[in-house]
Amino acid sequence: MTVAVRVEQLRKRYGHLRAVDGVSFEVAEGEIFGLLGPNGSGKTTTLECLQGLRHPDGGVLEVFGCDARTDPRGVRRLVGSQLQESALPDRIKVWEALRLFSTIDGNGQGWEGLLDEWGLSERRNAAFGDLSGGQRQRLFVALALVAEPRLVVLDEMTTGLDPAARRVAWDLVAAIRDRGATVLLVTHFMDEAARLCDRMAVLRSGQVVACGTQDQLLAAAQLRSVVRFTATAPADLGFLDHLDGVDEVIRAPQAPVIVSGQGPVLARVAHALVARGLEPADLRVELPGLEDAYLALTEDVEPTDADRR
Amino acid sequence: MRAVPGLAWLEIKLFLREPLTAVFVLVLPLVVLYVLNGVFGSQPDPSVWDGHSPVDFYTSAYVALVLATIGVLSLPVHLAGYREQGVLRRFQASSLQTSTLLGAHLLVAVVIGAAAALTLTGVSILGYDATTPHDILGVLGAFLLVSVAFASLGTLLGFTLPSARAAQGLGVLLFFVFLMLGGAGPPRELLPSAMLRLSDLTPLTYAARLLRAPWLGEAWDLTATTVMVGLLLTSTTLTTWRLRAG
Repeated sequence: MTVAVRVEQLRKRYGHLRAVDGVSFEVAEGEIFGLLGPNGSGKTTTLECLQGLRHPDGGVLEVFGCDARTDPRGVRRLVGSQLQESALPDRIKVWEALRLFSTIDGNGQGWEGLLDEWGLSERRNAAFGDLSGGQRQRLFVALALVAEPRLVVLDEMTTGLDPAARRVAWDLVAAIRDRGATVLLVTHFMDEAARLCDRMAVLRSGQVVACGTQDQLLAAAQLRSVVRFTATAPADLGFLDHLDGVDEVIRAPQAPVIVSGQGPVLARVAHALVARGLEPADLRVELPGLEDAYLALTEDVEPTDADRR
Repeated sequence: MRAVPGLAWLEIKLFLREPLTAVFVLVLPLVVLYVLNGVFGSQPDPSVWDGHSPVDFYTSAYVALVLATIGVLSLPVHLAGYREQGVLRRFQASSLQTSTLLGAHLLVAVVIGAAAALTLTGVSILGYDATTPHDILGVLGAFLLVSVAFASLGTLLGFTLPSARAAQGLGVLLFFVFLMLGGAGPPRELLPSAMLRLSDLTPLTYAARLLRAPWLGEAWDLTATTVMVGLLLTSTTLTTWRLRAG
């Protein structure tokens, strides 16, 4: 496995505020890796340090073995990025922007192809200020790709887009990976992370509170599954209290029985019921999702303004 | 650095698409030239304008005014806007170095200044019988120094002022102060003493003097040169410090 990004014990403070306080994670080549966390958790600062836009106070930052602290220009040659709150001059035309960035970052070739690839050919003479949100995102992605980067950084690319445009943006991210690039994606939409990311790190107050695949994050959050069914004689269900992993059983008259717990609760409840000849037709389970895991991992934290640039 | 010409060409196109600054730089000085020449005529008056004919005196002042306007109005509004909107961040995240960006803007300031200066000079000579420059190389040298000095002041303002709106407010204010007190408006000899002192503090006064001397075949103005070089060095030093600190 080639390591695309290595961040170890990254620290950055603004005055008294520890914006990033010992963040570590690794991204493998070809992965789509998500950085999740509430506003002020240090995501954007981490990305900016990684691209050499900020000087970290300490830690290791490498992109494909290139040290972001000693060789920020070398890193920028490997990275294409779409930054939060970045823009282009309103009156620049689509083709002018692509050509400019291809001269800055690359060899000035190949930008015409990107116009077609990202569906911008019809808007090539449009001014940036006249583009729709979705078209701007496509232009930013095209600009990020103009120098054939090995790592593409996308910071909240779908914030402010309508649902249809978000779906299109997701397809763009998948398409970037299909071109062979590694993707580092910052988002606070859990459906987006669940859909796109192979692995992700959850940040809270400048620290990584969990890192791994979606399943690993769910396990780390130790969330309870909830099983519900209707029983004719709820009073006879005392055996459910003693099942492995069951934390709580609610048996109210005239209401479904609610069993909550961790682990394979549904299988255990179903097995216990069937063993006693009970076969409720409406037995169902509510599994916790990534959003529940995220909220559990990041709860009890007051948002701070550390996420500003 | 190889990105400088491409970026400069693009910035020139963006400048021409920006109506406000283009009007201030390219059109307004021509209007002022037209009005003041209509008012003062072309007869030299020994009591004012150092004894020169009004058009000879004003042409160099307007060229200086145009260069100063690029420096204190168009450049700061543009750069502060870039900072505000995140254009600068977008550039910094690419391989573009800030020095390349500044180099391109300096080139743009000089090119736009040259275009405006040539237009003004042409109209003055053809329309109002102004004197052609005596010492072309001297005028060119003075033009470059004034242009670069005000452009460096503009860069400093663009990286210091909080927003494009602030830059625009200050820029328009300075434009009118320069116009009225820097030698491009009423003759110095008619200014009350308080305004005369203000006029002596206005960089435009020295920029106009620097251009006028070789234009009319007089001795090179050393005081004016010192002021312009001082402006250039101070602005460049403060800009460098601002960029390092930021």
